[in-house]
Amino acid sequence: MISALLIGLTRFLVGGTGQWVGCAPSSRQRIYFANHSSHLDTIILWAAMPPDLRRRTRPVAAADYWGKGAVNRYIAVNILNAVLIERNARGSDPLEPLRDALAAGDSLIIFPEGTRAFERLPGAFKPGLYHLAKAFPEAELVPVYLDNLRRALPKGSFLPVPISCVARFGCPLQLEASETKPAFLERARAAVVQMA
Amino acid sequence: MTLPTIDPTMQLLFGGVLALLLLASAVGFALARRVTTENGRETVRNLNARIKAWWVMVGVFALAFIFGKGVTIVLFALISFYCLREFLTLTPTHPTDHRPVAAAFYLFLPLQYWLVWIDWQSMLTILIPVYAFLLLPVLAVLKGETDDFLARTARIQWALMLTVFCISHAPALLLLELPGDHQPIFLLFFLITVVQLSDVLQYVAGKLFGRRKIAPNVSPSKTVEGFVGGSLAATGVGAALWWITPFTPLEAAAMAAAIVLAGFLGGLVLSAVKRSLGAKDWGVMIEGHGGALDRMDSVTFAAPLFFHLVNYFFAQ
Repeated sequence: MISALLIGLTRFLVGGTGQWVGCAPSSRQRIYFANHSSHLDTIILWAAMPPDLRRRTRPVAAADYWGKGAVNRYIAVNILNAVLIERNARGSDPLEPLRDALAAGDSLIIFPEGTRAFERLPGAFKPGLYHLAKAFPEAELVPVYLDNLRRALPKGSFLPVPISCVARFGCPLQLEASETKPAFLERARAAVVQMA
Repeated sequence: MTLPTIDPTMQLLFGGVLALLLLASAVGFALARRVTTENGRETVRNLNARIKAWWVMVGVFALAFIFGKGVTIVLFALISFYCLREFLTLTPTHPTDHRPVAAAFYLFLPLQYWLVWIDWQSMLTILIPVYAFLLLPVLAVLKGETDDFLARTARIQWALMLTVFCISHAPALLLLELPGDHQPIFLLFFLITVVQLSDVLQYVAGKLFGRRKIAPNVSPSKTVEGFVGGSLAATGVGAALWWITPFTPLEAAAMAAAIVLAGFLGGLVLSAVKRSLGAKDWGVMIEGHGGALDRMDSVTFAAPLFFHLVNYFFAQ
């Protein structure tokens, strides 16, 4: 009910349609990785998926934003079924909850830049994606470019404006056996840029 | 709750529209069985998608006409909303323009339709051309980004003028005080029917007889034959509708001709805007037609012109 309301409001205000350019929706285990420019990114990507995939595709969200405040926390945990991570965790491994989710068979949505960017194209990726790709070689890595979100709700603004946003899904990639970490992360970034 | 009673004239008019739609659907159905070439099939498929969308659009308008001023204003406010969203989605605004864009959507759009609702005519003709015109660049300049400033501001001003100011003049027709017992709701029917029929008839005449292109760079589907044939036919339909308006048959023909010409030019200008932004359609909202603004482009130019012509020559 509330999730239908959230989808309806999202569609009315910012569209949020999915364009499957490089692959079709599939129930295979996947790690979707996308550029990050807005708090709406998670909801848009989630809304762009077919309803049956939404339940098993869990967005990864920063606990310092989505875990705070009753509304944010309710949306993140109860509706989006998000995996909350500590960005500045000391001592414990921040990727631990992600590995648990993947081991349970869920798909993930991650934003490898780690923080929202102001520019059109994504910045350098953090190594988390590499570690997950290495630990779960059977999961497909799907690049996604989220278009127009930096205009609909740019960093520093609180009110989304009605500009239609699109999630463009690219060709899945795999970590090559001999590939180094920087080479893989750059290739993954380029795959997102290609969908821009 | 009791259902509103429907004016007998309105029943007759929508009966006519219904007959027209049935005829179009029958023709579309027959054509789909007879075409053999791949090219022809594609054209007929698009034609049938358009006809199907027309059923929905006519249904929505019928509801607005039956339920009167309030629902009509809400309908046009929603149309403005979707057109503004399409315009600003295609137009490359800058993230720092967030404040003027938010003001356009959340302040000026509702305010303009509220002015129509409370019948404040003098303010609704200056709200956007004066107050929004001045306020939008002020909101943009406070962010301190000067790159491309004039173009950025002008885009948002254009968006607001076309999609909110111009389109709101269609429901604003309901505010006009006409001589005798003429009801302004029929003026809105007159405007929408003439403008949309003109688009349809120009499309049909162009498909049947079109040879010479009017503006190949701007709108490759517009032809001299389509324009002349469609315009004459739509002007004829307008003249035949004189009895629902305060016009004489000749005046009705002149009004229809003005609407048709303005609509044609509006379509041409918006086509150029669209092409300058590198797009073929404004959106994907209505199957076969493109976006909401693809259907409303001629209304943006025709509505204010028709409003002011009626206001000047006929309103009391």
